[in-house]
Amino acid sequence: MSNETTIHVPAEVVHELHVEEHGAHHKESFITKYVFSQDHKMICKQFLITGIIWAILGGLMSVLFRLQLGYPEASFPILEDIFGKWAKGGKFTPEAYYALVTMHGTVLVFFVLTGGLSGTFANFLIPLQIGARDMASPFLNMLSYWFFWLASVVILSSFFLETGPASGGWTVYPPLSALGQVNEGSKAGMDFWIIGMALFVVSSLLGGLNYISTILNMRTKGMSMTRVPLTIWAILFTAVLGVLSFPVLLSGLILLLFDRHAGTSFYLSDIFVASTQTALPNEGGSAILFQHLFWFLGHPEVYIIILPAMGLVSEVMAVNSRKPIFGYMAMVGSLFAIAILAFLVWAHHMFVTGLNPFLGSVFVLLTLLIAVPSAIKVFNWLTTLWRGNIRFTPAMLFAIGFVSMFISGGLTGIFLGNSTLDIHLHDTYFVVAHFHIVMGVSAFFGMFCGIYHWYPKMYGRYLNNTMAYIHFWITLAGAYLIFWPLHYEGLAGVPRRYLDYSNWHAFKNFLELNRFISTVAMIVFAVQLMFVFNFFYSIFKGRKVVTPNPWGANTLEWTAPIRPGHGNWPGEIPEVYRWAYDYGKDGRSFIPQTEPVSPQESKH
Amino acid sequence: MIKTLEGTNTVSEQQKRIHPHKFTLWVAIGSIIMMFAGLTSAYIVKRQQPGWTNFEVPRAFYYSTAVILASSLTVQLSLKAFKERQMIKYRNWLTVTAILGALFIVLQWIGFIAIWNSGISFHGSGAGQFLYVIAGLHALHVLGGVIALTVLFIKAFSAKIRSYNSMPIEIMSSYWHFVDLLWIYLFIFFVWMQ
Repeated sequence: MSNETTIHVPAEVVHELHVEEHGAHHKESFITKYVFSQDHKMICKQFLITGIIWAILGGLMSVLFRLQLGYPEASFPILEDIFGKWAKGGKFTPEAYYALVTMHGTVLVFFVLTGGLSGTFANFLIPLQIGARDMASPFLNMLSYWFFWLASVVILSSFFLETGPASGGWTVYPPLSALGQVNEGSKAGMDFWIIGMALFVVSSLLGGLNYISTILNMRTKGMSMTRVPLTIWAILFTAVLGVLSFPVLLSGLILLLFDRHAGTSFYLSDIFVASTQTALPNEGGSAILFQHLFWFLGHPEVYIIILPAMGLVSEVMAVNSRKPIFGYMAMVGSLFAIAILAFLVWAHHMFVTGLNPFLGSVFVLLTLLIAVPSAIKVFNWLTTLWRGNIRFTPAMLFAIGFVSMFISGGLTGIFLGNSTLDIHLHDTYFVVAHFHIVMGVSAFFGMFCGIYHWYPKMYGRYLNNTMAYIHFWITLAGAYLIFWPLHYEGLAGVPRRYLDYSNWHAFKNFLELNRFISTVAMIVFAVQLMFVFNFFYSIFKGRKVVTPNPWGANTLEWTAPIRPGHGNWPGEIPEVYRWAYDYGKDGRSFIPQTEPVSPQESKH
Repeated sequence: MIKTLEGTNTVSEQQKRIHPHKFTLWVAIGSIIMMFAGLTSAYIVKRQQPGWTNFEVPRAFYYSTAVILASSLTVQLSLKAFKERQMIKYRNWLTVTAILGALFIVLQWIGFIAIWNSGISFHGSGAGQFLYVIAGLHALHVLGGVIALTVLFIKAFSAKIRSYNSMPIEIMSSYWHFVDLLWIYLFIFFVWMQ
């Protein structure tokens, strides 16, 4: 299907058109324009492209360890050629396998779905959708990217260490992560991990401060908080979560660093190392303390990942259903409720650590309460689609796919939120399947939805639609084919993070299933590479955007020139008179936010 | 050029609102509070476990508390002087504040040495080890403030830059009061939780 048939070019273009390219407001050299840029749109692209590179690497890691899980007996000489001692005899060593699993988690959770997702869309959409020239502090914004870049360099270089990168799981629980003598990955790799994450936290904080301050202070005239698009609300709550939870992770990591190098015992106590037959002098520490500090970040972190996706989906869904979003205030309220609950549920990751069962039951209640705002959101999306005049653009398909994934993954969350069921399910593939669907794949769908929708605004060109549709359908089918069977394995008790299950009678009958999953994973990964090709190809060769508002959307970014300069609007910043969701009103397809409310207009 | 565009936007439409940079600082303060809340709650949790050890609060900490309290006063005086355009007074109070800030860090260091000499090293996981980490991180935040003060200080003595905008100094002084209050909290916490 070509773009022409799916993209509905609105007959009534009410926006003031600034079709001619507006020249740069100020002199820019190559360095200030493309490298140390303070323009939020360029910083957005930097985050996006860095995120894409990380996503390829992180995805590749999963393909590599799926190879091991699908073909535990096989040997692939090419692996030895590439990875040397990490794949002796063409098979990954256990250390390499653990390192791959650990870094796959770290990279995707933090560097792709936090840095890549929030960094991209917060930077791009905040100033453009609220009507600001740029962020509150463009300089801090630039620093935010460059700290992210530094963090990326540190984490990337840990792969080239002699002892390899961190390998104690992405949650880096001590004592394993604190003791270099018990695990190769806990040697220098762990220090690189901590330093990389500290830089990442700094980047997130600088970004988050800016996002909050910009949203609350830099809105254009008439843009009250009840008129901003839901993307902005979602980004605001995401930033608040990040600003309040990342410092706690940093605290936990600093204590870990002291345990590793200064000889303190915050997390260590009564340890006997079997390999060296030595007892460690550390006394009085508590490994559980780290889990509390980690999950106090870790749980908000999953909402940091999913909330921006929810915002993007809400906006794209309203635009492409040609209907107002259903229950705007309920959407905002449920985002708020999720943001509050995010801080009150962290111990559900720790049900089996010996947590007081009474305390556990409180956390069960609070955890299950999250179902309420989540369900409100899901029903509001479904009612937005209901009887809509739906345009199945690639962005819209990914938005609908997001809702599908979010429901499927959310339902298993209700299982896992019960402390009694968790005794059986914890650390099995059921958990892996749950969080991959509900925050991994869902957030990716939200991200793709955002990329397909705003790509014309970012680059002034369209992505290729044929590739986009192939991308969507194979990713959707593939995601279910990969993760649905994993639930089944998890219910059967198959533990996660194991290299080889062939020694267990109970688990080795899943080999064929694992082989199937691995095959699908490879296909899905290949399709993502096709998306990456589409992305870069279209930057240069994509079909050009000729109208400033190709989707017929109401929000402010589509009133800016097709390729906005630094400062976004050449003249005055547009004024806003209405909310962002006047679609299909009074017989009109859409009414932009910049149009004054006429006296004859019906109330919504 | 973009600066002026942004400037007019902020001035014309947001005169009544809080300055975005100041607002950013308040959010950052919230973030720093979370960091220390995390650490002090870790302290409270750890305290109930066997093998907890205590330390004696050294005299230097009482002096450093007095010093940082005094520096809060001087930073306020320098802000007042700036607003009244009494530039010499402003520079003097700024200098005094920076010196007091540096003195605070030195006194903290002396306090650490006193605790270290009483036999509490990094080995273990009692109050002393937490103090090194928590007060150390706090001192780093004060150091950040001293660096910012130095930047203002250089600007104040530069003949080329003539600033009438009190916002950087207001932000600076808010931050300074914050690290002051943070230390008071930590100090009371350490004395109380012995």
